[in-house]
Amino acid sequence: MQRYLAQKLTIYILTFFLAVTIDWIIPRFMPGNPVQTMLSRAALRAEAVEVMRGYYLRAFGLDVPVWQQYLNFWKAVFHGDLGVSVYLFPKPVIRVIAEAIPYTLAILVPAIVLSWIAGNKFGAFAARRRWLDNTVLPLGYFLTATPYMWLGILLAWGFGVGLGWFPIAGGYSFAMTPHLSWKFVLDLLWHWFLPFVSLFLVMFGGWAIGMRNMIIYELEADYVQYLESLGAPRKLIRRYAFRNAVLPQITGLALQIGTIAAGAVVTETVFSYPGIGKLLVEAIQNQDYFLIQGCFLFIIIGVLLANLIVDIAYLIVDPRTRRGMVGEI
Amino acid sequence: MPLLEVQDLRVYYQTIRGDVKALDGASFSLAEGEIMGLAGESGCGKSTLGRSLVLLKPPMKYVEGRVTLEDFSLPIWDREKMNAFRFSKISLIPQYAMNALNPTRKVKKIFTDILATKGIKGSQVLPELRRRLEMVELPLDVLNMYPIELSGGMKQRVVMVLSTFLNPSLLIADEITSALDVSTQRAVVKMLVDFRDRRVVRAMIVITHDISLLYQIADSILVMYAGKLVEKGTTEEILRAPKHPYTRFLIASLPDIGVRYGERKLEGVPGCPPLLLQPPRGCRFRERCPHAFEKCLEEPPFVAIGPSGRQVACWQALEEHA
Repeated sequence: MQRYLAQKLTIYILTFFLAVTIDWIIPRFMPGNPVQTMLSRAALRAEAVEVMRGYYLRAFGLDVPVWQQYLNFWKAVFHGDLGVSVYLFPKPVIRVIAEAIPYTLAILVPAIVLSWIAGNKFGAFAARRRWLDNTVLPLGYFLTATPYMWLGILLAWGFGVGLGWFPIAGGYSFAMTPHLSWKFVLDLLWHWFLPFVSLFLVMFGGWAIGMRNMIIYELEADYVQYLESLGAPRKLIRRYAFRNAVLPQITGLALQIGTIAAGAVVTETVFSYPGIGKLLVEAIQNQDYFLIQGCFLFIIIGVLLANLIVDIAYLIVDPRTRRGMVGEI
Repeated sequence: MPLLEVQDLRVYYQTIRGDVKALDGASFSLAEGEIMGLAGESGCGKSTLGRSLVLLKPPMKYVEGRVTLEDFSLPIWDREKMNAFRFSKISLIPQYAMNALNPTRKVKKIFTDILATKGIKGSQVLPELRRRLEMVELPLDVLNMYPIELSGGMKQRVVMVLSTFLNPSLLIADEITSALDVSTQRAVVKMLVDFRDRRVVRAMIVITHDISLLYQIADSILVMYAGKLVEKGTTEEILRAPKHPYTRFLIASLPDIGVRYGERKLEGVPGCPPLLLQPPRGCRFRERCPHAFEKCLEEPPFVAIGPSGRQVACWQALEEHA
């Protein structure tokens, strides 16, 4: 078990270094020059331009050789310094991100957790009821095949524009300033609902279908036959089958987390929801190196952490990994 | 009064092309303490017979027949009602014994979970469980292991202990030695006899295609062919003086000790069994039988010949007897 954990951790650390390195490379290979953009925006005289250019290059640490920049970048990352945003200059990237993160987590975490739980329960429930199997599960295929943003757009159009029940943009009403009161919290929830639901529905369909298939497979397994021939009541059989069927669903969750994060980016964009996703799109549009890096860094950390949690959860529920019977990762 | 009495049992398999008549009218009985071998080639219906007594579920279809165990008439057609008899009165060691345990539960938990469904507390039976494990030569540690940590043979013995734990009146062992090597087979067979001798079970049906195995343990042998019972007698009778031509072929196809089969070819049964979707009229062995005559177009009855309770379903054997 310790070997298994050690292997996993090594892989995660390697992945982290590689992913962050790529994260550092990508903005530098993007066409365009953000410093130039800022200078032209300022519309200065020629001599002043040179002075300002020197200032910006030094301020962003771009006046040293590339390898030095790379090392400096790592040093800064470990100090929690992600540089200064170009687009929201002179706000530090870490603060910009800190403001956006609660919104992203607020839609992502409940959507992932609730859709996983509800999808699994529903899939297992539907597996043995023909009418549900024939009506709701086809809907599940439809949902899971839906691109996140497309469902988002449909919901925004239907419930936002058409029925007018929900707002279609923002994290809270433009007329309000963030403060702690019931009125503001309700307003937050009201804006939170549609982005959450669009993420939830797509994932729910996928989990329900996966679980339905796994349960049917498990109920055909030899150990279920044996339990039946020992006269075990259906309750016990279902409990055993559900527990075993959940295992691949946990692995599925680990595999899906990256995709889900990407889904959150587009969903936030559709609803102009002020999370990391929307921030990332804005950063890219404004060629804000540091902000792009910062956003990616948090997505990388988030996905890796979530995967690690899933791995540990798997270790707890599947004795086969715990007892070191499975050498492969 | 026999312990088990099966009367005219018919169990078909439902398929899109119609019913496959896998068990077409079986009547036999089993005495207290009897170990009966149920033999025949693949697809003859022996497993169908064994399974239908315990767990009759689709695609199996109950057609007719009565099963009486001790004084109870078993509702084998009713999956729910049978639960009262399964495990406690009639139990099965399945063909797939090596995969029969939930891989993600500890052995002890599997025992306590299933016993709890019969209203028995796991802590109460722990001493008895220890005794039973000793009986099949398993260390007590297995209780704290997951099935994946046990070898195939160990898993099978755990299943044997579990299946017989409530001292069922009838135990059905379905092809339990076919996946084992010869030395392990011997040990398993010895344990089965032990179960009977120690009165853990009152009678046993051992389903197998391995007649030499039955020679070691069975008191009587019932031979099936194409969904029909063809012959029943004591092990000696069946092996020394088979009456039905099919049984004769089966016995003849066993290797003899001291014969080198490089020089003499081992004989099989020529031809192949009929399809049971639309079985032929009359004796089902007719097509392969060297002694077939006109009368074989009529279905031979499965009747007793002689005082020993020996039964055979063959016109020729009946004529010889008469």
